[in-house]
Amino acid sequence: MKPTKLSWVLLSVFWLSACSTTGDKAGEDDDMVDVEDLSGESADSQQGADSEGADGAEARVEVGEGAFEGDELNDPDSPLSNRVVYFDYDSAQVRDQDVATLEAHAEYLAENPDVSVRLEGHTDERGAREYNLALGERRALSIRQILMLQGATRDQFRVVSFGEERPAEDGSNESAWSKNRRVEIKYSGS
Amino acid sequence: MVRQSLLKLGLWLMLLMPWSAQAVLTIEITGGSENAMPIAIVPFGESGVSAPEDVSEIIKNDLAGSGFFAPVDESDLISNPHEREDVNFNDWRLLQTEGLLIGKVSSNDGEQYEVQAQLFDVYTGDQMIGKRYKVPASGLRKLSHQIADLIYEELTGEKGIFSTRLAFVTEIKGSDGNKRYALQVADADGANPRTVLQSTQPILSPGWSPDSEQITYVSFENGNTEVFVQDLASGQRRAVASFDGINSAPSWSPDGEKLALTLSRNGNPEIYVLDINSGDMKRITNNSQAIDTEPVWTPDGERLLFTSDRGGQPQIYRISANGGRAERVTFDGSYNASPDISPDGNYLAMVHRSSSGFSIAVQDLRNGALNVLTEGGQDESPSFAPNGRMILYATQNKGQAVLAAVSRDGRVHQRLSESDTVVREPAWSPFRQ
Repeated sequence: MKPTKLSWVLLSVFWLSACSTTGDKAGEDDDMVDVEDLSGESADSQQGADSEGADGAEARVEVGEGAFEGDELNDPDSPLSNRVVYFDYDSAQVRDQDVATLEAHAEYLAENPDVSVRLEGHTDERGAREYNLALGERRALSIRQILMLQGATRDQFRVVSFGEERPAEDGSNESAWSKNRRVEIKYSGS
Repeated sequence: MVRQSLLKLGLWLMLLMPWSAQAVLTIEITGGSENAMPIAIVPFGESGVSAPEDVSEIIKNDLAGSGFFAPVDESDLISNPHEREDVNFNDWRLLQTEGLLIGKVSSNDGEQYEVQAQLFDVYTGDQMIGKRYKVPASGLRKLSHQIADLIYEELTGEKGIFSTRLAFVTEIKGSDGNKRYALQVADADGANPRTVLQSTQPILSPGWSPDSEQITYVSFENGNTEVFVQDLASGQRRAVASFDGINSAPSWSPDGEKLALTLSRNGNPEIYVLDINSGDMKRITNNSQAIDTEPVWTPDGERLLFTSDRGGQPQIYRISANGGRAERVTFDGSYNASPDISPDGNYLAMVHRSSSGFSIAVQDLRNGALNVLTEGGQDESPSFAPNGRMILYATQNKGQAVLAAVSRDGRVHQRLSESDTVVREPAWSPFRQ
């Protein structure tokens, strides 16, 4: 695979669009930082990379030097493209419909132990802000628990709670609330 | 009338601070003033260079804004005395006010001002307050609040809160669609707003040090919660908790030496007590299945009240500040959170959920009786005034996030809002020491 400027551009486009699909405007800053972090680590990771087909981490490791095609993470038809899990009010219980999604992520993480994810827990705006901060963390930890039970390892995760501070959708109605009670699964580098 | 004077106040601030584009929190009485105590405030006389602040107007706004006083309309005042010998008490008795305030402001140079204020009992003719002050022009506003405090205390028996300050968080959506957050401190009447911290990331849970010189808060500026302590005068600050997981809900101990806070660095949100100077950290709760958060100190510094869902739903518990066994304090309803204790230790304010949503409620800790003070909706973050009379909280008004205050007995209601600005996370300062 020859490194081209185009691949870099494509990668950036993918990354930005991935961000916007999470619906988290304020989060973009952080994601951009992650990209920088990755390129900083790329030298190390590349040394020992015995790649058996590019994965998400490899793709980003090779920023400026390679491509990312074939990566299941980038396949819009893969269950991995689903990166947001929603919750019932005041609950950290994963719903049945999200089990398949989580299984796919767990499998991917187990197969790619160098890949890490950030789990961002969120709540709707109702109730005490500090309690919601804790509830957001409980949701993210409940996702981590499930992914670990299915083969991912603990050090692949970073858990952050934003409580009710970063709604995906503004508004004081059930439609907005149901979109805000969520955990976002954000892939970053190895 | 109140609104008009507020407008005037706003204009003044714009004139005084042309460099500041900051909006001003305005206070309206939204209920309960029908029981207010009538008082006659005669506009103070002026001589020499006119004053940059309208002293009697500030006093009047303070007293009216408290909801406990109803100043007589200026047009209804019988005469315009500035000295005792000009007061005919027989005439003033007709107005049936509790008190009559007169005074004068004078200056030869526009730098130093002499202010005289006298409060009379119109029935006996006795002077209840008689004061004369010399202050620089820049001190007139503060002095006006101090005079209002004296009057409030004389007539209600409780300390006035007009010289205290409020901390709160604002959120503004920029034209680029991104939100900007600011931690602000303003006088209790909304004047002199000052930005303590600005960030593109959320800020929450501000809390005052007992000497009101420092402030603690939680900032997401580095991507995760961190607890900061900041000196208000110098702006110097430091992060005192930046562990993995949640670092949040700081509450200053009454002796000023410790912070109670919530950390989840050991996997679950627990209450800790941090010695601010030494950095020593003591874990207080140990309940790996439950959320324990929002600690607040009892005024004697012996115990902490906090929110926990160890019983399945959030309720308020009490525990020794050295740890030990926690006892449940709230039993009414399925959701009680965000405790705040009145300065005398007798009352617990909280967020209480009922069929009408989240309200502010007060529990009398001596007998357990719960009194729901607000209609309910999305009321949160209650904070007692330092005299224990009012409770400041965050709420929604016509879709806008505003602050409101309610008296502990539920009678007086105020709204504090800033146009086009989300305002939340209020914290009422202690008395200045």
